[in-house]
Amino acid sequence: MNKTRKNDLIMFFCGAVVFLLLHALMETEIIGPFWQLNIILACINIILAVSLNLINGFTGQFSIGHAGFMAIGAYVSAIMTVKQGLPFIIAILAAFIAAAALGFVIGVPTLRLSGDYLAIATLGLSEIIRVCILNTPYVGGASGFMGIPHLTNFPWAFGLMFLTVYLIKNIVNSAHGRALIAVRENELAAETMGIDAAKYKTLAFTIGAGFAGLGGALFSHYFYLAHPSSFTFMRSFDILTMVVLGGLGSISGSIIGAVILVFVSAALADFPEWRMIIYAVTLIVLMIFRPQGLLGNKELSEKMLGLLRKGGIRRDAA
Amino acid sequence: MDSSSFLSQFIQQMINGISLGSIYALIALGYTMVYGILKLINFAHGDIYMLGAYAGFFAAAVLRLSFLPSLLFAMLAAALAGMVIERLAYRPLRRAPRITALITAIGVSFFLDYTLILFVSPQPRTFPAIFESEIYRFYGIIINSQQILIFAVSLLLMAFLTYIVQHTKVGKAMRAVSYDTDTARLMGVNVDKVISWTFALGSALAAAAGVLVGIYYNSIDPLMGMMPGIKAFVAAVLGGIGIIPGAMAGGLILGVVEAMASGFLSSTFRDAVAFSILILILLFKPSGLLGKNTREKV
Amino acid sequence: MLLKTDALSIKFGGLTALDDLNLKIHSGELVGLIGPNGAGKTTVFNLLTGVYSPSGGNIFLSGKSLKGLKPFQVTQSGIARTFQNIRLFSELSVLDNVKIAHNYHLSCSLAESVLRAGRYFPEEEDVERESAKLLEIFNLKDKMHETAKNLPYGEQRRLEIARALATRPSLLLLDEPAAGMNPQETNDLTKMIRWIRGEFALTVLLIEHDMRLVMDLCERIYVLEYGITIAQGAPEKIRRDPRVIEAYLGEEVPDAPH
Repeated sequence: MNKTRKNDLIMFFCGAVVFLLLHALMETEIIGPFWQLNIILACINIILAVSLNLINGFTGQFSIGHAGFMAIGAYVSAIMTVKQGLPFIIAILAAFIAAAALGFVIGVPTLRLSGDYLAIATLGLSEIIRVCILNTPYVGGASGFMGIPHLTNFPWAFGLMFLTVYLIKNIVNSAHGRALIAVRENELAAETMGIDAAKYKTLAFTIGAGFAGLGGALFSHYFYLAHPSSFTFMRSFDILTMVVLGGLGSISGSIIGAVILVFVSAALADFPEWRMIIYAVTLIVLMIFRPQGLLGNKELSEKMLGLLRKGGIRRDAA
Repeated sequence: MDSSSFLSQFIQQMINGISLGSIYALIALGYTMVYGILKLINFAHGDIYMLGAYAGFFAAAVLRLSFLPSLLFAMLAAALAGMVIERLAYRPLRRAPRITALITAIGVSFFLDYTLILFVSPQPRTFPAIFESEIYRFYGIIINSQQILIFAVSLLLMAFLTYIVQHTKVGKAMRAVSYDTDTARLMGVNVDKVISWTFALGSALAAAAGVLVGIYYNSIDPLMGMMPGIKAFVAAVLGGIGIIPGAMAGGLILGVVEAMASGFLSSTFRDAVAFSILILILLFKPSGLLGKNTREKV
Repeated sequence: MLLKTDALSIKFGGLTALDDLNLKIHSGELVGLIGPNGAGKTTVFNLLTGVYSPSGGNIFLSGKSLKGLKPFQVTQSGIARTFQNIRLFSELSVLDNVKIAHNYHLSCSLAESVLRAGRYFPEEEDVERESAKLLEIFNLKDKMHETAKNLPYGEQRRLEIARALATRPSLLLLDEPAAGMNPQETNDLTKMIRWIRGEFALTVLLIEHDMRLVMDLCERIYVLEYGITIAQGAPEKIRRDPRVIEAYLGEEVPDAPH
């Protein structure tokens, strides 16, 4: 059997074990409602962080508008289940497609911009999306979209999280993924290798947006409600922080980043006034002392294997 | 709407827009100066504006100072805060990738907001009436004396800044550093000092904006800096980031367009209009209204 | 004829950086492009590869116009290049650098990649094998898994050429391939360029400051000064051309080593 297929099997096995373990603990109420909520939130945040990492970490584009696509997913899925009475799975697909389509439409013109300009444009676009939702009475306007059925449960959240991670990992490890990374490393050199940089940037942006939509669908169907104030640029910053904390260009890093942030904020839930301060200080200190994030652009398994095999840190990301 | 009431509505919104735009311009100046030198979107700049408003509040409500001393107090306090932030948070990252510095700036922004909330609570405060509001009416158009104050103070400060940048030694050093940091250093410019000065000046202007807004709206709160901060950045991009007159023009244009949008459309669309302008300018003239296009050397 | 430019010119602002360039390069030729600093040599490469779009004139590759094509399309029509200031994917492994260059030949769809089905595994294995083969030719196989930026300078240059070849070009543009090399390395490079031309059925156009290499290697030479073609022809003719000697400010144009 070839090595990649074997790794896939290991990943499926680990995923299944973690799922069954957590599920059993929840069913027996060893994990109470508070931590259940946080575990589901972690799953949603992993989806958001990994998908943003595809854009920011692997393709080297600088988007801080992920909340906008999440909002689209949250609202489109809610329209599907509440107004159209369609099943959840259709709503999720619709959320993915709608967010991806919008990502494509937005990506084509804006991805010509680079660096800070792209960042501020994506931030602006996500605010425009939010203001448009705010002004649409059909979806509840400023008071939010209420009465959304509580359809997101642990199996849904974990299953879709796992699927997202698996699919994005596969993209990154294919020829298409190499093209994305080439664009990140040196756009002109990538073009000189025959890679259509504009196409690949749009591709990453579209797929990333789609998965953000998926995360949004899970989000609104967990909290009974989709409200414009849930999708401000603060949310985008939050997702960006997870990605950078874990390491740009590392999928396992994004997973770790998302889990850490969710649990740190859960642990500080009793000290709300200190929560954001600690969060902010952590961010600043991390950027000053370990700007590449916890894992740099390496994957966890690779690094651990390297440590075991060679008995030391194989490559240091300076 | 008949034509005369349209005209008066137009002029009214123009006046509102100019005073709002002056505020944006004052904040945008700090953004643009910092960006011009460090290529950093200082997301914490909006929070310096908020900090300035609170410093003004402290001077007026606690120290019972009048308008001008309060304004100066706030500007001085913010200048100090700006320099400290630069020294502690941004200086260690001078050579780091830009995303690192940007995320640090976001961190600083959160830190300022929530530390202040810890001390003063998230509740809005009523800003003391240190400048009387008088209403003047001409042919159905209302002008508030505070609007005139905002415009006059902004104009004065901008003139002052222009003088500093164009005619003083520090100003020359600032221009040199923003043009080419390494060469400026080789020419004996103390780059760290110049960057400190830039933060001080930018922060002082933002603080002045904070105090003026406090006077105008009577109310300040710890999260007041978020939106105006980002809007001011839009204004800076609109005028051409790194260009001082660009920030002034961008701020005024943005203020007027927003006022028109809320006057003629709906106030809820105001933010969308601002960001739409941003997108359009980025797509069609990313270097801004007053900027020059550059090309990468291959 | 493989490459032909027709009165090619470009202006930057008011400045004419290149005027009325008429290159004619036949299949299999090894042609040099020389000139003093700032003569517009790299500008020619940037025009040929679509990085700049010409202000006037046209470019034909095997009779097909390249006008308006983007760099990636130019590469796909068969021109590969290296850069004066090396542009590797410096954070990636040596192997990945070459694998990326195979990309546009691959037909594996995104869906197949995502689901790891169909052509995904066979193609990945092909690319891996082909890339390793190419690296072996360039004597880089044992460094396959090193990060590109950690290679010594000479090897980075070689890797850049290997990477360019992986795009399977018919025309290879080399921008100062010998820059920063010592005489021994330059000698090896000369041999290698000759060899790859035969092995890969290439046509080569190169910019070079090392006159020894140019005179030794090239069958024909174009000389640019201030964007104007001041001479063209065989090396012996160029060496004696008074305008060329003048352009190089009386510098001796050295003989090729024999």
